[in-house]
Amino acid sequence: MAQTLYDKLWHAHLVEQREDGTALIYIDRHLLHEVTSPQAFEGLTLAQRDLWRRSANLAVPDHNVSTLASERAEGLAALPDAISRVQLQTLDDNCAAFNVVEIPLDDIRQGIVHVMGPEQGAVLPGMTVVCGDSHTSTHGAAGALAHGIGTSEVEHVLATQCLIQRKMKNFRIEVTGELSPGVTGKDIALAVIGRIGTAGGTGYALEFMGSAIRSLTMEGRMTLCNMAIEAGARCGLVAVDDVTLDYFRGKPLAPEGEQWDAAEQWWRTLRSDEDAVFDNTMVLNGSDIAPHVTWGTSPEMVTSVHGAVPRLADMPDDTAKQGLTRALEYMGLTEGMLIQDIRPDAVFIGSCTNSRIEDLREAAAVLTGKRIAPSVRKALVVPGSGLVKAQAESEGLDKIFLDAGMEWREPGCSMCLAMNADRLLPGERCASTSNRNFEGRQGSGGRTHLVSPAMAAAAAIAGHFVPVTTSAAAPVKESLS
Amino acid sequence: MRAFTRLDGLVAPMDRANVDTDLMVPKQFLKSIQRSGFGPNLFDDLRYLDEGEPGMDNAARPLNPDFPLNFPRYQGASILLTRENFGCGSSREHAAWAMEDFGFRCVIAPSFADIFSSNALKNGILPIALASDQVETLFALLYAEEDLHLTIDLEACSIQLPDGAMWSFTVDAFRRDCLLQGLDDIGLTLQSAEAIKQFEQQHEARFPWLFRDIAL
Repeated sequence: MAQTLYDKLWHAHLVEQREDGTALIYIDRHLLHEVTSPQAFEGLTLAQRDLWRRSANLAVPDHNVSTLASERAEGLAALPDAISRVQLQTLDDNCAAFNVVEIPLDDIRQGIVHVMGPEQGAVLPGMTVVCGDSHTSTHGAAGALAHGIGTSEVEHVLATQCLIQRKMKNFRIEVTGELSPGVTGKDIALAVIGRIGTAGGTGYALEFMGSAIRSLTMEGRMTLCNMAIEAGARCGLVAVDDVTLDYFRGKPLAPEGEQWDAAEQWWRTLRSDEDAVFDNTMVLNGSDIAPHVTWGTSPEMVTSVHGAVPRLADMPDDTAKQGLTRALEYMGLTEGMLIQDIRPDAVFIGSCTNSRIEDLREAAAVLTGKRIAPSVRKALVVPGSGLVKAQAESEGLDKIFLDAGMEWREPGCSMCLAMNADRLLPGERCASTSNRNFEGRQGSGGRTHLVSPAMAAAAAIAGHFVPVTTSAAAPVKESLS
Repeated sequence: MRAFTRLDGLVAPMDRANVDTDLMVPKQFLKSIQRSGFGPNLFDDLRYLDEGEPGMDNAARPLNPDFPLNFPRYQGASILLTRENFGCGSSREHAAWAMEDFGFRCVIAPSFADIFSSNALKNGILPIALASDQVETLFALLYAEEDLHLTIDLEACSIQLPDGAMWSFTVDAFRRDCLLQGLDDIGLTLQSAEAIKQFEQQHEARFPWLFRDIAL
């Protein structure tokens, strides 16, 4: 019977199918970080349980780390925030006690778990991957079955190497045609969420396919799958092709020689069969997608950079009206306002969505020889890992950002979730390459507009949102007063 | 996990759609390495007038008088009534821990986000998805003069309304059993340890590169 990519990955990892519809799924790789693991390790200790398979696990601190070189220079013990220090130390201690391999804070390979994983080849096509972080969906870009899990599930995977799951439904999202210049994986993700909503993917595995998806690089595909969870889907998927294989060949933990050949043979089968049946389908024309900007407090509150904030009269029901009213009040916007009249006073380029080398190149290309607008008071560029940082510096990208008036930081999750000191002040408005524009996400009272790296860079220069293709090519526009 | 069989509880409202887990437990509280103590910080940004930080004496903080969970009539509520896509966003189980610690044992909504729903069920909290018009009916009853009490019977999968009407609901059969008996997932899965070992051997033979020791 014809199978989808998700079906194939599911069946290759199915340990036990139970009569009640649940199943045990074997987990190949478990990524851990400091925020969602301590209670899981504590649970194991209390129950006197050991790890099922030590070598399946790989840990790295990222969510709660300082991104200031000055604060990190003296190592973990010298970090100024005492509560964060305890959490980071606890990860080190747990990894030592359970003999889990950890990339420590002072290692050049340290970075955001979803950047580090593929970079090290710790995530590979065909794997099942879990992590106590919802953006684990990122790794579906490799043709891996990857989902975010809660801490009880982290403990469950540590102890049993399995996850209790119910098979999801299949959702085919096809993006046909070609993308216009300046349109990225981020814009596809936002366009999809704008169409199906933040609950549209609930209960589904989303498979992205079509010529516009095939044209994306691995990093673009990671950005896209990263945001599957913002559509409510626990996982996003892209079939394996040459782009995938070229990306993973030579990665530190990738197989070599005969094992690579055997792996490649299997990986090449990791695509949906021609006549596979999907439970739901959506087709978008790639050439219709413009750069997108969120205007509200949910990723589904999004429109094209050429668009406007919706009007109350256009809302279908009372709940939607209330939601819009609340969002406008929180965001300090008025109905019908043009997106290009929105003026960020902060810019954040980073996060597991958009902190890889191509993201930094994309932003730097817009910023070369430019200065950020005086109205932009805070502009952070936070590379996704120490290796991304080193690569960017070898290309001189750091200098472009610094010359533009931006800060160049150490790797971590930073202002995506603002657990550390990188946060917005109440009322501050940010053009952000991260993934969530929820109330308070980037700091209590902070206002987030989600965009691609190029769009964030263009907004930084202009002082308001502008279509990236024009701002990259044309001289800096005078800021609107 | 605490077993859930029957709940006779007061209902409180969270009258908005897409309540995300960031709203339920803001990020600064995720620095805790404990599993307990999150209740006072549930909906922290909405509940208090100041900005909350870990280590504060929450009893001394100024409450937001306009936030329903602070209204005297909803004190002691154990059932939260809310709208579509409750618990979306971050996988932080701290959101479920905070709900449980606050005293909620059940959430009623038209729909739930997957990860939150899974986390709730592992912490003795029952998420009940009802049809939109049923949720509307409950909101109307809740906003009427009298306090709204519901009786939830998980064995029968029924909700009893104040007028005696009985509604049924569905919940995943496996999760229902776990809740009824207060069963720990890990213990259950380890009953299949032999099957896992057998699978693992076949898996390793087929995909040996997945079993390389991580040496970084």
